[in-house]
Amino acid sequence: MKHQNEYRDPALARVQLQAIRRAVAGCDRTITFMEVCGTHTMAIYQHGIRSLLPEQVRLISGPGCPVCVTPVGYVDQAVALSRRPDTIIATFGDMVRVPGSSSNLLQEQAKGATIRIVYSPLDAVTLAEKNPNSDVIFLGVGFETTAPTVAAAVLTAARKSLNNFYILCSHKTMPGPMAALAGDPELQVDGYLCPAHVSAIIGANAYLPLVSAYRVPCVVTGFEPLDVLQGVLMLARQVVAGEARVEIQYRRVVKPQGNLKARNILYQVFEPCDARWRGIGDIPNSGLQLRLEYHRFDAARRLPVEIEPAIEHQGCLCGEILKGKVRPNDCPLFRTICTPEDPVGACMVSGEGACAAEYKYGGWGLGT
Amino acid sequence: MKSDIILLGHGSGGKLSHELLDTLIVPTLSGISQRDQNDAAVLAAQDGRLAFTTDSYVVDPIFFPGGNIGDLAIHGTVNDLAMAGSRPIAISVGLIIEEGLAVSALREILESMRAAARQAEVAIVTGDTKVVPRGKADKIFINTSGIGVIDHDLQITGSNAQVGDKILINGTIGDHGMAILASRESLHLESGIITDSAPLNSMVKELVEQLGCQLHTLRDPTRGGVATTLKEIALQSRVEITLQETALPVNLAVSGACAILGLDPLFVANEGKLLAFVAAEAAGQALAVMHNHVYGRQAAIIGEVTSTAAGKVRLQTSIGGLRAIEMLAGEQLPRIC
Repeated sequence: MKHQNEYRDPALARVQLQAIRRAVAGCDRTITFMEVCGTHTMAIYQHGIRSLLPEQVRLISGPGCPVCVTPVGYVDQAVALSRRPDTIIATFGDMVRVPGSSSNLLQEQAKGATIRIVYSPLDAVTLAEKNPNSDVIFLGVGFETTAPTVAAAVLTAARKSLNNFYILCSHKTMPGPMAALAGDPELQVDGYLCPAHVSAIIGANAYLPLVSAYRVPCVVTGFEPLDVLQGVLMLARQVVAGEARVEIQYRRVVKPQGNLKARNILYQVFEPCDARWRGIGDIPNSGLQLRLEYHRFDAARRLPVEIEPAIEHQGCLCGEILKGKVRPNDCPLFRTICTPEDPVGACMVSGEGACAAEYKYGGWGLGT
Repeated sequence: MKSDIILLGHGSGGKLSHELLDTLIVPTLSGISQRDQNDAAVLAAQDGRLAFTTDSYVVDPIFFPGGNIGDLAIHGTVNDLAMAGSRPIAISVGLIIEEGLAVSALREILESMRAAARQAEVAIVTGDTKVVPRGKADKIFINTSGIGVIDHDLQITGSNAQVGDKILINGTIGDHGMAILASRESLHLESGIITDSAPLNSMVKELVEQLGCQLHTLRDPTRGGVATTLKEIALQSRVEITLQETALPVNLAVSGACAILGLDPLFVANEGKLLAFVAAEAAGQALAVMHNHVYGRQAAIIGEVTSTAAGKVRLQTSIGGLRAIEMLAGEQLPRIC
């Protein structure tokens, strides 16, 4: 198996779609499932899955895009740091165009700042080694899929006794926001498609408290189209049967206990802290910060800069979109003032934001 | 050449410049004797309309799997002339060289350009060479301009696509962009992907001769990939295009590399591909012409023009769903060509 086209077989997809239709045949109301992973947001659009599901099943996007839930003040801090002399900002690509209050990293690069796009946090460590006269600051944004590799980068920097490597940390963890949303009376979520690779790290058991507290079905689902369809089928069957359990659809990768080794590395370097989620607010214990023994790598502590007051743009509905209460098409700025070339909010410019996905793939009602 | 690196003096117009031109550049690219070198090349008058194009090449790295900046430049200009339905007859080469470039690298690039021009049966007739101080250019930048003759009266343009037309491509998508990306140091991708950079003028000549007025549009999907090019044509011709995801030829290595990096092969640059919009009844014939050509063995019909809903491009996905295709806001991969 090459693990590519096998999961895109149209005949198998038809079988699953028929099963979904049969499962919800008796339903007289709309069933809403929320995904909380940017890669799911994209996969659903890329394969045109909404255009194939029966009318009674509605898929909405939640706060699964780590860039989208990063407060605008973080971008402002990165911009301020990029203006320091002898400073290199190392970052994943999708951060460079996220709008801050008055600028973004791409604009700063055009004005002379040194911004390097890396595919791995370890590349940032290499940059620090190769540029001993510069401070290299890696922008640590991402959930538990990414954070262990950032922890490994910190450990590598420590082993090499580097004194010019820093992390500007805004990592967040799951399933914190899912509980915040499940308890929201305005939001009717009948089930969660749980994030695939985050769950590979934290394990499917991480969702058990959510299920006991809120009786909401959770299915850990992969990213290929057949995975998503099977995940939807498993959720639909639970809802119709009145059940609420944690199930694993993505069995080839996710275990109930997750990846202990990755979690050990993660919590060797980081510890939980309260975190602010753009659009949702403060969620206790849903973020990560560097432990005391690694504070010397913390850019926020060691490289103080003056940060401009954070301005959230008027009319930007990113917050409501992140909570799944509003669709991108419902935002008055969508496609008019807010476009990928000229984004107002992070949901539009992040590679995995709901608005970016709708803009790119959902034209002419194909996304709905 | 006395020096093994290019010096500022090589661009100054004096003795060093002449040494560079006389011992390396002119003999390699065009073989024109000193007696016949003037400020401008003079071409014979031609029967028919003329096509004229220009391109600049800033690709990084300058040597990549399957090619280099030199043959890329020749292929690119030949192909632009071919997409207008013209026969390339003359190319100019403008070089901007960074002080310090190895002469051996320059020689290899120039020899590739000569070989590419020879294969495409086009002459390099004029050029210019500048050298800039270290740091003011990145190794070498190349501009090529080209003139072609249109030997027929057909209107092969981006505004001529018609409802019912079938859309063909002559082979796999995304090879060039991914070859470049995979060879950039930071990625450590072992992929075996090589560029598809190739001259398509002889294939176009066959298509024009066999299809005549049933050939409506030709365009090469370079930066921005197949998706962007189709979107441009949909807007120009004011039509709707529907593409079949399952019909798109993609190398397994390319789709794998794209999957790892989160890229879509539809938006990745190609340098040896053309998109042809042909009348439905001529599609089989067009496909046969491509399959018979060395650069068309994996040609396929990938979609059709489905209505007059102007500017829309839709993809029918592998599982039967539908999604829209829009232009990307920025560059997925910088400095691809």
